[in-house]
Order: sequence, then structure tokens, then C-alpha cells
Amino acid sequence: MATAAIEKARGVGVRIAGLHRAFQEVGAVIDGVDLDIAPGEFVALLGPSGCGKSTLLRLVAGLDRPDAGAITLTSPAHDGGVAFVFQDAHLLPWRNVVDNAALPLELEGVGATERRSRARAVLADLGLGEAGALLPRELSGGMRMRVSLARALVTGPALLLLDEPFAALDELNRQRLDDQLRTLWSRLGLTVLFVTHSVDEATYLADRAIVLSSRPARVVLDRSLDLPAARDVGLRSEPNFARECHTLRDALERGGA
Amino acid sequence: MDAARVARAVSPPLAAFVVLVASWEALARGLHVPEYLLPPPSAIVHAAGTELPSLLSAAFVTARASLYGFGLSAVLGTLAAIVLASSRPMERALYPYTVFLQTVPIIAIAPLLVLWFGAGMRAVTVSAFIVSVFPVIANGLSGIRSADPALRDLFHLYGASRLATLTKLELPSALPSLVTGLRVAAGLAVIGAIVGEFVAGFSESGAGLGILILSSYRQLRTDLLFAAVFFASSLGLLLFGMVNLLGYLLLRRWHPSFAAVSRAE
Repeated sequence: MATAAIEKARGVGVRIAGLHRAFQEVGAVIDGVDLDIAPGEFVALLGPSGCGKSTLLRLVAGLDRPDAGAITLTSPAHDGGVAFVFQDAHLLPWRNVVDNAALPLELEGVGATERRSRARAVLADLGLGEAGALLPRELSGGMRMRVSLARALVTGPALLLLDEPFAALDELNRQRLDDQLRTLWSRLGLTVLFVTHSVDEATYLADRAIVLSSRPARVVLDRSLDLPAARDVGLRSEPNFARECHTLRDALERGGA
Repeated sequence: MDAARVARAVSPPLAAFVVLVASWEALARGLHVPEYLLPPPSAIVHAAGTELPSLLSAAFVTARASLYGFGLSAVLGTLAAIVLASSRPMERALYPYTVFLQTVPIIAIAPLLVLWFGAGMRAVTVSAFIVSVFPVIANGLSGIRSADPALRDLFHLYGASRLATLTKLELPSALPSLVTGLRVAAGLAVIGAIVGEFVAGFSESGAGLGILILSSYRQLRTDLLFAAVFFASSLGLLLFGMVNLLGYLLLRRWHPSFAAVSRAE
């Protein structure tokens, strides 16, 4: 029913070659990272905290420039753009839910009626159909994060970047949002780059996991997960899930040492 | 509003006021202090009653100059904050001069204001403006700078124009601290107007409270002087209250310092 709500966008590929980034205070944060992400892939970026995952994500988004190397988006015919979801919801506190979700369209110059109806449709998709007129401070943490996700999806992006988006939520809310994200991804076919420090969440969500070392970040492991495409809570009790988790944790420990 | 809570909030300062006024009255009468040194409150009230027309018209003149000066501060101070916030080099180049506005002894440059603007309303307004603009600039600037960096990134990501970032992100973010700056400016504008009147207030357009204070002093009408001072501080309080009300109306829906409802969990 609401499936048509979010504009169907084909994912974009991301090619990262010889990436370096250093900051004056801490030195090299990313030291020679090469990655090739196919259009429509769901990739989890895993690494110890402070390893440079967020820096990598900001570089891909174009919010920061590399010192060396290049990031190319292999653009599909329909360019849906890049969307970013932060660690916290970061909503405009003076705007209601609909106008927060419609913000990207507003900045791109879409008229009020159209952008609101598109925002309402995405919100309904995320189970926030009734909350449109509420202000952020009237929402729970999980609802705020959902509005933030709606804001990212409203433009029909080809690449969705998420920086530990659900880390601050309780277990139940996090599980629910993980499921919603995975469902939306399989329906929309966009490329997702999901940064997390949770092995469990990375395994549950992604088709491919990339484990980064502690600072400066290098790729320790790049692995396609041997798991079925359809994910639900039952997945966690399967032996393959435990095996994949173990492999990733192992790589994480190697990278941290 | 809850009548009992209002009573609880108002009764302590009211009681203190009654005690203070009563002991003042008793001391002034009991010790036979000459009235030109310290008139008892009853004499001040009496003077205020008989001279009410001239007090009111003086208060009106001063209120106009204060309001104009305050309005200039609000508009030009906010504009200055926007300009200063537009770039770091701009801030480094110009901010020291706004501090100069804060430190300039207004009484010393008041004669200059008379030379430039002529005695009367205009010079007094400029004096009120100079004294009250700095807190608007300083608070406006820090308010604009305090906008959420993640949201700045978001605006950047969607290619927002400089103007859109200003009107949809920076100014709303700056509003709470801007209101704080305006609250301070409201009181200062009245002070600036009265000091301005001391030097530049003589004109045919009518005498303000500053002039009334000076003339009562020269005639040793200390009772009238006290009444004029009381009117002047009431004026500052009134302006302050208006800014508070405006801030409440603008911010009550979303800002924690004004919000009544706690968030749902």
C-alpha cells in the first residue's frame, strides 16, 4: 500500500581508493583504505570506537575532504543523492515531525504541499503516521530516531549513510528499527553503509561486513556474510549467525591489537 | 494560574518591602532627617501625586527614546551578529570594536552626540542605543555559533543556500540567547536614555525623566527626585517585562527554559 510512498531509487556504487586522512591533533585517522561497494549492497562498517569509522563516512558524504586518495560514486541513471543519519536524531526542535522530515525537500526547493505529503507518506511507512503534528520534545527517543530516518529517506536517496544510528536506543527499539531499516532497504534497493561498533547488529543487518583496525583505520576483514537474505529474530539462534559473529569478533580483536 | 502559588511567590518580597518602607518612614521622622536629605516615603508619594502630570509626561518622553534606542539595538545588534558570524576573519576584524561600544563611557561622549545629532530626542535615542547594543551583539553571535554542527552538515549536504541556513537554522537556534541579550538591553536602554538626557535632553520636544531628576536636584526637591527615580526604574522593568513576554510567546512551544510540558518517554 504505502510501498510507492518512497521514490524507488536504484543504489549507487562507491569506489574508495588509497584514502588517507589525518588531523592535526590526533595524526593519521585513515591510512590507505581501498573499498569497492556495489550498487544496492548493505554494508556494515565495524571497528573499535574512535577508529575513524565516522571520518570515513563523512568523507563518503562529502562533508570532509581526504588528504589523499579518491572517493567516486558510480552514479546510476537516476541520481537520488546521498543521505546521512547521525548518531542522535538531531531534529529541529521548533519544527513538528512532518516539517522536520520534509526539511531536505524544502532545502531543495520543493513546494510546501508536495513536500509535506511526501514526508507524511514516508512517516506513515515508518509507523509515525499519527505523530505528524508533534514536536520533537514530545517524542520518545525511538520515535525521534524514526523521524531522523524518515528525513533521510524522503528524497529517495541512492546512498544511505548511517553513523551508529541506533546506539543510544534500548534493545527493543533498536531491534525494531533494525528490522524496519532492513525491510526498507530490500524494498528500495538503495546502497546502505552502516557504521556500528556492535558485532551482533552488523551481522544481523548486513550482507557484507568490513572490519576496520583501531586508529589509523585499515581494512582488517572484508567478508560477504553467509546468511539468508530474509532476516528476523530467529536468525540469531542459527549456527551460521554465531559463526559469522565469531569471525567478525576475531577480526575486531586482531585489528585492535 | 494557581492563586496559592502566586501568593507564596509574591508575599516574601512584599513583606520585605513593607518592612523596609515602614522603617524608612519611622527613621526619617523619628530622627528628624531634613527632607532634602532623605524624605520619608509618605512625602515621596505625596510629591508623586501632586506632580503626576509632569512625571507622566517626562516618563513618556523617556520611554519613547528608550524604546527607539532599544529597537535600534534589537535590529542593528542582530544584523551585526549575523555579519560577525558570517566568517571568522570578519569576527576577528570587527569584534574588538563592538567591545569598544560596551566600554565607552557614555557620559564622556554625550557632548559629541549633541554636536552630531543636536540636543533632544535624537541624541538621547543614540545614547540609549550605544549603551544597550552590546549584549544583543554578543548574545546573538554566540547564539548563531551554537547551532548544532550536525544540522549544519545536514544543511550543507542538501545544498542549502547561505540565506536558508541563516533563516531556517541559525536564527531560530540563536533565538533563546538573543532573547537573553534583549532582556539585558531593555534595562540598559532606559539607563542610556536617562544619562543621554542629563547632557543632551534639553529641547522643546519636552523634558524627560533625566531632566526632571536634574531640575528637582537643583531645587532640592528630593521627594520629587525619588519619585522620578521610581518612575525610571519602573520604565526599565516594563520594557524588561515586555521582552520576557515576547520571549515566552516565541519559545514556549519548543525551548526547555520556557517549556511547560515534559517530554514523553
